[in-house]
Amino acid sequence: MAALTRDARTAPFVHTQSSGEHRLELAVPDAHCAACMRAIENALVRLDGVTTARVNLSTRKVAVAWRGAAQSPDSIVTALDRAGFTATPFDPVADTGGVDEDGRFLIRCLGLAGFAAGNVMLFSVAVWAGLGGEMGLGTRTLFHVLSGFIAVPVTLYAGLPFYRSAWRALRAGRANMDVPISLAVLLALALSIYQTAIGADFAYFDASVTLLFFLLIGRVLDNRLRARTRGAAQSLLALQSATARLETSPDQVTTIAARDVAPGDRLVVMPGERIPVDAVVEDGVSDIDIAMVSGESAPVHVRPGDRLGGGALNLGQRLLVRAIATIDGSLVAQLVRIVEAGEQNRSRYVRLADKAARLYVPIVHTLAAAVFIGWWMLAENGFAPAVHNAIATLIITCPCALGLAVPATQVVAVGRLLRANVLVKSGDALERLAEARVAVLDKTGTLTLGRPDLIHGNDPADLADAARLARASRHPLAAALTRAAGQGTIAPAATEHPGLGVEAMIGGETWRLGRAGWTGAVAGDDALELWFARGSRAPVRFAFHDAPRPDVAAFIAGLRARGLAIHLLSGDRESVAARLAADLGIADWRGGILPEDKVAYLNSLGASGAKAVMVGDGLNDAPALAAAHVSIAPASAADAAQAAADFILCGPNLAPILEAIDVARAARRRVLEGFTFSAVYNVFAIPFAAAGLVTPLISAIAMSGSSLVVVLNALRLLKRTPR
Amino acid sequence: MNALIILIPAALVLGLAALAAFLWSMKSDQYDDLEGASWRIIADDDADT
Repeated sequence: MAALTRDARTAPFVHTQSSGEHRLELAVPDAHCAACMRAIENALVRLDGVTTARVNLSTRKVAVAWRGAAQSPDSIVTALDRAGFTATPFDPVADTGGVDEDGRFLIRCLGLAGFAAGNVMLFSVAVWAGLGGEMGLGTRTLFHVLSGFIAVPVTLYAGLPFYRSAWRALRAGRANMDVPISLAVLLALALSIYQTAIGADFAYFDASVTLLFFLLIGRVLDNRLRARTRGAAQSLLALQSATARLETSPDQVTTIAARDVAPGDRLVVMPGERIPVDAVVEDGVSDIDIAMVSGESAPVHVRPGDRLGGGALNLGQRLLVRAIATIDGSLVAQLVRIVEAGEQNRSRYVRLADKAARLYVPIVHTLAAAVFIGWWMLAENGFAPAVHNAIATLIITCPCALGLAVPATQVVAVGRLLRANVLVKSGDALERLAEARVAVLDKTGTLTLGRPDLIHGNDPADLADAARLARASRHPLAAALTRAAGQGTIAPAATEHPGLGVEAMIGGETWRLGRAGWTGAVAGDDALELWFARGSRAPVRFAFHDAPRPDVAAFIAGLRARGLAIHLLSGDRESVAARLAADLGIADWRGGILPEDKVAYLNSLGASGAKAVMVGDGLNDAPALAAAHVSIAPASAADAAQAAADFILCGPNLAPILEAIDVARAARRRVLEGFTFSAVYNVFAIPFAAAGLVTPLISAIAMSGSSLVVVLNALRLLKRTPR
Repeated sequence: MNALIILIPAALVLGLAALAAFLWSMKSDQYDDLEGASWRIIADDDADT
């Protein structure tokens, strides 16, 4: 539980309204059912001064509002803790950033377009039905005028997302998909006003609003997907310890945001916590896990005066450290900057839809121009039919299906992967994953569990004796030994000597479990070992290894079956990397390499044209994750690695990665099918439009039909086996 | 044809009412937590509050 005080530095979490109401948002990851929701809300509402408490089950957050000074973030977190829920303050400022406003604007546009499409269609159907001569000119014109009164304001307002985007693109000298969309919608509107004025048979008011309606569905889906994927990733990051314990006086500790740590601050790092910034140990002796920072799997022993890199995990005892850098100056932030550089690189990726638009826009505009010139030159008195047919061509080719194909497919694919425990952070990540043909894998924490396990083979009696001492320690090697030994007793009066081992007097003998030198043994070359000495008997060696994840062999085989070449890159020692590579039959492996080397390796792969998916979890992997064509990080990964990755894997298994690859490839197929369908549809529709045979009725049927086909095709992704 | 004088405004008013209801429901955050709302229906209101 994060203890919060109303220290000036934690105040940013609380937002105080002008009415004097304080608001706080907390992430409650354990809330997952109606009962949790009631329990949380009841626990909070019962507090003095709390006015509202509302849980959002979709985002696993609770919003609390209170008046007066009776409550503080601290008391609220404590109340939730008593109710059995861990809560972490969540900074909503970083979360919303205007994204939500865009989404609401789009939905408002969609609602308006839907209303207009329905009601204009009411008039249009009547006009089409009455074309045989049953409907008089006066009634028809009245219906057109009424349609116009609905369609004109709605088209102008609800089309704004497209007009804006098209205008931005045109000003930058490019043409995107929104240019033909805007042209078709606005020209259809202008043509309809003209037709209504001269009392002609047809008006295209229904075409312009239904076009907008279908296209806005695509836009809204796309926006929801972005908001959801971004939200998921941000909550994960916000949950990670972004706080530090600041020692204000020898017996007072307050929790502050890690970004507020200043050099010279004295920080307390409890066992199991990460060191927030680069620091020097002032007091305490402990072992730290730098696997996240460098990939090294053996814990490192630290004592006063030692330098610690930000991001390392404290395993042993309470440490008092002095910050020597701010978070921006720390190793973490430097890696984050390399990550950002890589991400800029990646933003040059051209999405499939944009590739299609580049092909599509010039063709359609050339065709419309050709239709216009053809009619004008060839037909007698041809200006009016030239305008009419050119606009009809633009309307019928308007990329409805194209605009829906990508978002509909991605929404379905992301939803499916979410159920398979994979968080997708952006829609185009799916496209990039489908293209990957090389898998670059990190070792520690990715292929392995990232924690030591005893290699069996010791005498069970020795193991049982050693475990009696090991149970007195929280050191990861001792914990691994305890796990292997199972239930048992703890040695009486066992004392732990930080950095050396555990000692106890048993039966008049001194028993020691710990480092080689301390137990009187000769040290081997492997850091993952414990020695056990009993009195004068020869010391016994316990060897440990970082065990591979249970499904790693199936995972590697699965990658091969999907045609991916496999490379292993590890920051750990060569010997350790070599052993795992040999076990898994991976021929391309490198050990003992630095973060920069990983990036260079991926860049050289990229330069040779191989599109790589990088799977890694450490801080040292973060730059490589950003440099890769597409990347995946487990949920246990360092913050920076999660920030850099496109996919986040929840749960202990690697198998969901295979499913992600399958779904990504199936999604790509669905999108390409949607594009092919659109192309075929246009090949058939354009000649009719160019010949002047397309009535509003035909265009309405064609547009709705093609959009429906594309959406239904996307839904096929929901089937169990997408392969 | 006289029926149209009543039917057209009636259709438009009904349509506008639906649109207004939709915009109102959106403004009052009713789409923010679709999962939680489905659970709130089955929760007992007279639980301890």
